[in-house]
Formats: sequence, C-alpha cells, structure tokens
Amino acid sequence: MIKDKYDVVIVGAGPGGSSVAKTMAEMGYSALLLEKRQEIGSPKRCGEGLTMNTIRILGELPKNCIAQEIEGATLYAPNGNRVLVDLGADGGYVIERKMFDKWLAVRASRAGATVVAHSEVTEVLKEGNQIVGVKATIGGEEEREIRAKIVVAADGVESTISRKAGLNTTNKLVNVDSGYQYEMSNLKLETDRRIILYFGNDIAPRGYLWIFPKGKDVGNVGIGTAMADKSAKYYLDKFIASHPEIFGQSSIIEANSGGIPVGGFLENMVLDGFMVVGDAAHQVNPIHGGGMKEATMAGEMAARVMDKAIKENDLSAKKLSEYNRIWWNERGDKLKKVEKLRHVFEKLSDNDLNMVSESLTSDMAIGLTRGSKMLSMAKILMKKPALAKLARHLI
Amino acid sequence: MCDTMAWKIDKQKCLRCGACVSVCPELALDLREDGLKNDMKKCTLCGICERVCPSRAIEVKK
Repeated sequence: MIKDKYDVVIVGAGPGGSSVAKTMAEMGYSALLLEKRQEIGSPKRCGEGLTMNTIRILGELPKNCIAQEIEGATLYAPNGNRVLVDLGADGGYVIERKMFDKWLAVRASRAGATVVAHSEVTEVLKEGNQIVGVKATIGGEEEREIRAKIVVAADGVESTISRKAGLNTTNKLVNVDSGYQYEMSNLKLETDRRIILYFGNDIAPRGYLWIFPKGKDVGNVGIGTAMADKSAKYYLDKFIASHPEIFGQSSIIEANSGGIPVGGFLENMVLDGFMVVGDAAHQVNPIHGGGMKEATMAGEMAARVMDKAIKENDLSAKKLSEYNRIWWNERGDKLKKVEKLRHVFEKLSDNDLNMVSESLTSDMAIGLTRGSKMLSMAKILMKKPALAKLARHLI
Repeated sequence: MCDTMAWKIDKQKCLRCGACVSVCPELALDLREDGLKNDMKKCTLCGICERVCPSRAIEVKK
C-alpha cells in the first residue's frame, strides 16, 4: 500500500497538511500524508470556530462537521460592559474538528493522495543539505525509509519535523499563548447562536476567555493567556467557579490544552527539498488565535510553488523560497499588522479595555481581526493621553 | 516521559499539547506519540517550558 517513493511526503494531517496533499494530488502528483496520531482530528487543540471566509475557501462543509451556526459575538469588557458584534455574512460555524479534519483527509484521499494515520515520522533523510525523505513507523510498524522530492512539515505547534530538518522554528515565549479548554455540557447560555468573549487582566491575562456554543447547552469553554503568573487552567477553573449562572450545573466532557502561536512569523519557511506550513510555521491570526484558514491557504500556496519546482526539476531552497514571497505578500504583511494590534492590546489595563468597549463598533471589531480599522482603534486610544504613544504603533 | 530531580513532568496533568516543545530554545523537548521527551543533555533548566505549559505540568528546579 505504501510505496518507497513519492513526489511529496506531508507530515501531519491537520488542515494545513490535508490542504497540501489535496492540492498536490489534484495536480497529478503522488502525495503521502502521514499522521502520527491514531485518529485524525483528535485530540483537538482548537476552539473550533470557523468563519464564512474560510468556508468560502474550503467549500460547504458536510452536516456532520457542523455543531452550530454562528451569527455574532458578544464581547465582555472587564467591567461587564457588553459589545454586540453582528457578524452578518461573516458569520460561520462552530465545527466538530474530529469530523472536520477527517473530512479534509478524506477529500485529499479522494483526490488521489495516500493518507495513513498512526504513522509517526521519526527522522528526516538528508543528502548533503537536500532533504530527500523521511523515516517513519507506518501504522506503528518498524521504521522504514520513504523518499520524497519534497517533504512538508505540517506537524502543528510543536513542529519537531522542521527542527529535525534543520529549520529552527522555535518561537519566543511572548509569542505563544497557553491555551486550555473544556468542552462542557448543560451550560446556561442566553443563545447558542453567538460566541462569547471575555476580556480582562484578572480573567485572561494578555488574552481572552471564550465560550463557543456547539448546539443547545453544549460548548467549548476555553482560555488563552500569555506570560501569566498562573497556568491557563487555573484562570479557566477560576472563571467557571465564579459564574454559577452559566456553569452551576455543567459537566466537563472533554479537556484539551495547546500552545497557540500568536506572532513570530518566519521570514524563511523552506530548505532544500523542504517546506513548512500552518501552526508549525506560526501561521496563525495573532488577535484571535485562529489557524485553520491560514493553514489551508498556506498549504495551497506551498503546493503551487512545489508544482513549479518539480516541473522545472529544481528543488532547491532558492526555488522553493517563492513560497516565502507569496505567503508574505498575501498573508504575512496583513498578519504582521494584526500582531502589532495584539502587542498594543496586551498592554491595556482593565480601565483601558473598559474605555475601548465604550466606543468599539461591530464593524471595527471585525475589521481589526483582519488588520484594518487600525486608525479607528488608534483614535479611541488617543482619548486617553497616556495611551497616545501606544496608539501611534497602530498608525 | 523522562524526568530528573531538576526537571519533572506530571504525567496526569500533561495533555501532550506540545506548547513546551514550540518554545524550547535548546530543542531539548520532543513530543512523540508515546509522550513528551526531554533530552537532559541539551536541557539547561531555563524554565520556559514551565511558564508556557497550560496546565503547569512541568516543574523545573534550578
């Protein structure tokens, strides 16, 4: 079933890896997609929110991937002030990653890629500087060599494959959020059609806490914090204990944790015969921590570049670096702006956050997550002279 | 999972998310399918893994 040689071997069957595998297979290349876990999509490391934007890229999802349709968001400032964000046509779904990731892998396989779960890549094969394949335990069997023209690391936040290949993707502590999440049942929510976000330095230091409804009384209750004194889990448990009106009768049906790259984009994401996509390349929106859209888009970009490289029989880093240029041009520059916003946002006190919530509009909130409306945000901050210097970072 | 007197992992608390691996400046940590590995030959006990761990499953004693 598994050959000794492929055009491309992809490590990690998340949205990034499946995107690469599907796109390459559609162009007629042989693609092997390896997932170390027994089950693709599990355990999830994700709040499971997906916007219409991403769905437009992916195509309509099968019903079993959708837990709940979302129309808007409710933002809570530290003082309890509410901002209602109407997502309108930009709404989306809270999905079931366990079904969704499998669906993406199924699509890749239908396009002609070979997908194998429970297959861990243990080593990256090199000839001089050229990456020429991997060693892997396919289906948990004895380690074997598989050759590839190009190896793609799509192995998530830990990204050990890149390091084994010789590309140091280690992120700075300030750029990695600590995430902890429960999937909970029997929640008391006003509506299951809005996601809820809570802000505040006592609630989620330098981050936010979320409730993403998954239909009726079920939802993901999670938190992302950075450089906090205590663990993400501590802040999440504290919040749950202090809100009996929501969680009084609730149960925990799943626990997950994760590191969320929220900055530190890589100038270079290629080596000779090697590329990196998705969380492994820190391709995540720094303000909300969402990575599925970024991984999907980057996967397609990487595939386009590989197509050219293989056709021209030039697998050098120089040739593959076209991917760096395309990614920075189409995504990186925008995300860099969002990263700036994050750095400003992290420095705001609870009083500042309260003030922002007084003026924040629905359109602004949506724009800010995409790297626009920075000037409007700067104007709000400038109302307070002490924040003028900080506000200038946004202009 | 391996640990020493100076670097300890609480296997109950660890959910194998890999947050620690992503920030290890010495490339000492590896998240394998059978658990988190720390190469003590590389580890400098800097404590960054302890700070990022969402469940504080890692304890570093300097």
